[in-house]
Amino acid sequence: MAKGRYTAGTFAVEVAATVAAICFIFPVYLLVTIALKERSTWSRNPMSPPFNPYFGNFKQAWHEAYLGDALISSIVVVTLSLVILVTVGAFAAYFLARCKPRLGYTLYVFFLLAMVLPFQLGLLPLYQMMRDLGLLGTPFSLVIFYCGYQLPFTVFLYTGYIRALPRAYDEAAKIDGATDMQTFLHVIFPMIRPVTGTVIILNCVFVWNDFMTPLLYLQGSRWATVPVAVAAFVDQEITDWGIVFAALVIGIAPVMALFAVLQRHMMEGFAGGLKA
Amino acid sequence: MDGTAGANTLTVDSAAGELATPPPQSLWRRVLASGGVSYLFILPAVAIYVAVILAPILMGAGYAFTDWDGLRQIVNYNGLANFRRMIGDQQVRSAISTTLIIAFSLVVVKVVLGLVLALVVNSNVKSRNWLRLVFFMPVVLTPIIVSYMWKYIFSNNGTLNTLLKMVGLEPLRWLGDPTLALISVIIVTSWQSVGLSMVIFLAGLQAVPPELEEAATIDGANPLQRIWHVTLPLLAPAMTVCVVIALIQGLRFFDQIYALTRGGPGYATETLSTMIYRISFQFGEFSYGAAVAMVFSLIVGVIVLPVMQVLRRREIAHG
Repeated sequence: MAKGRYTAGTFAVEVAATVAAICFIFPVYLLVTIALKERSTWSRNPMSPPFNPYFGNFKQAWHEAYLGDALISSIVVVTLSLVILVTVGAFAAYFLARCKPRLGYTLYVFFLLAMVLPFQLGLLPLYQMMRDLGLLGTPFSLVIFYCGYQLPFTVFLYTGYIRALPRAYDEAAKIDGATDMQTFLHVIFPMIRPVTGTVIILNCVFVWNDFMTPLLYLQGSRWATVPVAVAAFVDQEITDWGIVFAALVIGIAPVMALFAVLQRHMMEGFAGGLKA
Repeated sequence: MDGTAGANTLTVDSAAGELATPPPQSLWRRVLASGGVSYLFILPAVAIYVAVILAPILMGAGYAFTDWDGLRQIVNYNGLANFRRMIGDQQVRSAISTTLIIAFSLVVVKVVLGLVLALVVNSNVKSRNWLRLVFFMPVVLTPIIVSYMWKYIFSNNGTLNTLLKMVGLEPLRWLGDPTLALISVIIVTSWQSVGLSMVIFLAGLQAVPPELEEAATIDGANPLQRIWHVTLPLLAPAMTVCVVIALIQGLRFFDQIYALTRGGPGYATETLSTMIYRISFQFGEFSYGAAVAMVFSLIVGVIVLPVMQVLRRREIAHG
């Protein structure tokens, strides 16, 4: 937009937007302040700042909700899923971007089917498959699910990007005697690093935050991920909001930290990546 | 000795073959030719996709025409019985209308508020970078955790009612009243996802050439006219993305309802997603759940595809 002078109107917009932002962020402030108060304090004064911060809630939530185990479980699931998604997705995209147009279009529609078909239909057959393979209650069932579920989206993101790379790069490598694999690893993969960043950010947030699948596959097992562990704890501990909020704060702390480090990349990733 | 000689002849032969007419094996090559990269590159993706997505969905679709409960060994084909049962099922009808109400409200709220926010954080206000962060942050937070936080805010002695009492108003049963519960669920989801529309519109706004807007200003357009006649038409692609994402999100809604209302009070906030989950996994009527899921996907397709068509046409008309 044309950036004009800073007028009285701009100032009015600035004030209104700041007030709106404060109201908008207020629930997050509330979350932290109540988590830092004892029961007697928050029930009388929920909204005041935590003058004498009390950390007992965090200690109790950490132990009673088994959040240490849940964090490890979530990290294992996210890491394995991302490694497989990036590898398999980038390989497939390289093929799609370089194959004959008609074959490419057929495969594109084939992968697009996943976005139209209801995944709920597949949930129970898949659940049975996992049970028969003995994978229920292990992080591998989740990794397999996410690798399938997030694959089409990952492939589309990569394909769009690789298509824009001139074929001259591949051809030069081929003339120098490189195999397909060498060309991919040494020429293509380094050039698609920006989109790999987007793929990692979007899939990481999705996998970390997902609730319904781990609820089905991991409920009651010692591999429960953070959202499942927090939900199970909150549903039985609903009487003391201080402890509940402490569990919630620990639960969102990792994503918050990631956001604090990668704010700009995340906003750009979400804005651009979801168009694929 | 012999081996070496044999290898030599073979090399010469095949070289000669390539120079002359194509050797017989090249027919296979032509059928299989991808035009570039080896098929081994796409094989893992296709295998995972078929095993994890396609096959289970097709199996599930098949079960919709049976009486299978998800556990027994015996599966009986029962034709359209599940679909006939659905026609008379009051709960399915209510879940469909609830899902549609949530989906359309989300589209309207996210597009309107997202656009306003994008215009604000793209103007020359000093705090624009901070505002972007604040409004976007909830997008990355875990929905189920955020929903539990809002459950406190909406609770009878929670923040909203405390604020209402402070200004002298009657407290409300936010999650206890059918209409208010629906509104509460929409508020939570809008809070969490309006930042996503904002950044999508923002990316669109930043791609608008400044000359066009300057030209409009020189021609005497006031800021509102400039936005309406110049900026908005150029945002058509961003609009398509926002509407489609909001629709799909609204139609596939689960975590917020699980945490806030469990579909209640009564069945007032039961959506198709939560209903399919309940029927299939808690009541063990898997085949009926599969039939509902099929109808659900049909509804999604019937709504999303035409909307995409209309929006795309607008893009072309203005593009």
